[in-house]
Amino acid sequence: MALSASRIKPGDTHSETVVSNLTRTQIVQYAGASGDYNPIHTDEVYTTKAAGYPSVFAHGMLTMGLTGKMLTNYVGDGRLLKFGVRFTNQVWPGDTLVATATVTEVADLVVKLDVVTTNQDGKDVVRGSAEARIDP
Amino acid sequence: MAITFPVEASHILMFARAVGDPNPVYNPASAPGGVIAPPTFGQAVAQFDPEYHLRPKPGQPWFGSGKTPSGVDKAPSAGGLHAEQHFEYLRPLRPGDVLTVEIKPGATWEKESKRAGKLTFRERIAEYRDQTGELVLIARGVGVTTERPVDQG
Repeated sequence: MALSASRIKPGDTHSETVVSNLTRTQIVQYAGASGDYNPIHTDEVYTTKAAGYPSVFAHGMLTMGLTGKMLTNYVGDGRLLKFGVRFTNQVWPGDTLVATATVTEVADLVVKLDVVTTNQDGKDVVRGSAEARIDP
Repeated sequence: MAITFPVEASHILMFARAVGDPNPVYNPASAPGGVIAPPTFGQAVAQFDPEYHLRPKPGQPWFGSGKTPSGVDKAPSAGGLHAEQHFEYLRPLRPGDVLTVEIKPGATWEKESKRAGKLTFRERIAEYRDQTGELVLIARGVGVTTERPVDQG
């Protein structure tokens, strides 16, 4: 289902919990699917003893992918024109993330959105924007 | 550098599962009008980069753990992190597409940070063209190398 320009306005929001209690196994799944085997995401021994982090942490692109799921659920499949984010904080095993899109502009059958994903402490982990084609 | 990236349905399904997305449009068994790729799938071009540095290769030392916490003498102290990623979609990627991905370096800049010391940012632009030469996806990534691990305080 695509969005309809006549039914949305600036300030509208759509939120989803995109992951609850992120598991190391899901991070491993993402490493396998994306091909990014950086051990800081999947190898606890390397990450704590050699790299100096408290634990493995998620690929930024896993968080962006989780955020993208919220976007496609909101704007519909194959509707995105642009999607960009900055990675503002790391995402750790056990995190629960809520992704939110806020409509900033509706014009010429394109919706512009602010995008933010926050963790269970209310800290943002990605911030960015998106644009999508909508129906009249 | 140009990479050939064949888009396959099973790869799309694995990728969608990895981002926890059960949308039927990513599964060949259930996509009514055919499978398309999720919005961040272009990143999986790494699978087809023969030189990709974040994939272990047979017979070569790997910086992750084995007998010791790192398989190389001098582990990259903090390594690189992903700072930004931007996609521009000209059309969805579909199974059967054979993409040619041209990756070019972009700008480089530095910044001082309280949480991680000196930060060096490097931009990378990837253009994805299909088998007819049509531009279908543009990806702009920014990587950052930190002087020390990011302080969690």
